[in-house]
Amino acid sequence: MAKMIRVNNLTKKFGTLEVLRGISCHIAPKEVVVVIGPSGSGKSTFLRCLNQLEEATSGEIIIDGVTVTDPKTNINLVRQDVGMVFQRFNLFPHMTALQNVALAPIKVRKQSQQEARELALSLLERVGLADKAEQYPEKLSGGQQQRVAIARALAMRPKVMLFDEPTSALDPEMVGEVLEVMKGLALDGMTMVIVSHEMGFAREVSDRVLFMDEGLIVEEGSPHELFNNPRNPRTQSFLSKIL
Amino acid sequence: MDLDFTVVLDYLPMLAQGTKITVQLTAMAVGIGTVIGLFMSLMRLSGVKPLVLLAKIYTDFFRGTPLLVQIFLFYYGFPQLLGVQSFPRTLAGIITLSLNSGAYVAEIFRAGIQSIHRGQMEAARSLGMTSAQAMRYVVLPQAFKRCIPPLGNEFIAMLKDSSLVSVISLQELMQTGRIIVGRSYRAFEPYIVVALIYLVMTMTISQLVSYLERVFGKDDQSE
Repeated sequence: MAKMIRVNNLTKKFGTLEVLRGISCHIAPKEVVVVIGPSGSGKSTFLRCLNQLEEATSGEIIIDGVTVTDPKTNINLVRQDVGMVFQRFNLFPHMTALQNVALAPIKVRKQSQQEARELALSLLERVGLADKAEQYPEKLSGGQQQRVAIARALAMRPKVMLFDEPTSALDPEMVGEVLEVMKGLALDGMTMVIVSHEMGFAREVSDRVLFMDEGLIVEEGSPHELFNNPRNPRTQSFLSKIL
Repeated sequence: MDLDFTVVLDYLPMLAQGTKITVQLTAMAVGIGTVIGLFMSLMRLSGVKPLVLLAKIYTDFFRGTPLLVQIFLFYYGFPQLLGVQSFPRTLAGIITLSLNSGAYVAEIFRAGIQSIHRGQMEAARSLGMTSAQAMRYVVLPQAFKRCIPPLGNEFIAMLKDSSLVSVISLQELMQTGRIIVGRSYRAFEPYIVVALIYLVMTMTISQLVSYLERVFGKDDQSE
């Protein structure tokens, strides 16, 4: 089966600190993969390497046939097809929810104002925020901001969505609404890579769970396998602390 | 004590004209300085070694040397260098003040741009925008807002510093004062009137700046 994402022996160093020490994994189209692991295990760095917000030190990343790590690759083109959702939302505070979502379609995809506006409205509706289209981010709750951020990423019609701890900065009562939107995306067949501490979500929605520790993928498997029968002692120790 | 402010009255139209020139000089210097400053700050932050170096040399020179020296250098020094008789003094004044202001504005913009959270640039880039697009549509609009108060302060500083171009006989407010002193043989009254005119202008602008601070000062980051 064709792979959406191929990662071969990816390493990343910050100075002398080796954050990723040789990651290899393949992700199929429509697959939902959740990456878990203790803090400092390199999971966010791994995710940020996929769209080259962090430049890989060595190794190879191929997304939908394009070698992302090749210096000759136009990374802006790759990123148009790889949406990203951040822990701290990173909405543009000087724009309304609608403008946040419509900006990239207008400036990057060169859609007309009208087209982009309609697209943005339909996406805001999809995340349940059509009535907040004209609001500025500061007027929205964390959960609403994160849902706008998801709509903003979807506006580029990405082939892959990356989520970097999307619910970690949220008040507990808002986690559900964001996970609900993500679940909807998974059901629609979006290829998703999610760094998360939401084990319930991983169990319910993901096809595969990767457990990372000290810059390596220590163990991987279906959520059922990994959560119920972890083989590696480090996985066992991590899961015993959080479950 | 012998004070006679009526002598100044005869020169009110002259003072008004001088005030007008001062305001024009300042507005042009800060206006052109803002354009220069924007480019210099972007060069400084570009990460491209030669551009960074060039911007750094520029800001260091104009911030690190006295404006008075810069004025003499341009007005007297450059004509010799270029082999021409002289520069029009107004032009020399505007160029020197603009270059000086540009260096300070560059630092204001640099601080403003750097104050915008890195996540904003990352979010924009993750959508496929080029770094220029991310700068233009996402970072700069937010940075400009934060730069308004310090730009107001730069305007006040430049308004006062523009008095230095009186040394090349550019007839702005300070030079007008000197001419009145020369003609009236009285020093205190013309100079105190000149000082008060500067004071009224700087206080007006500073009121405006604190108003703008109230409007734009509140932190609007989603962070």
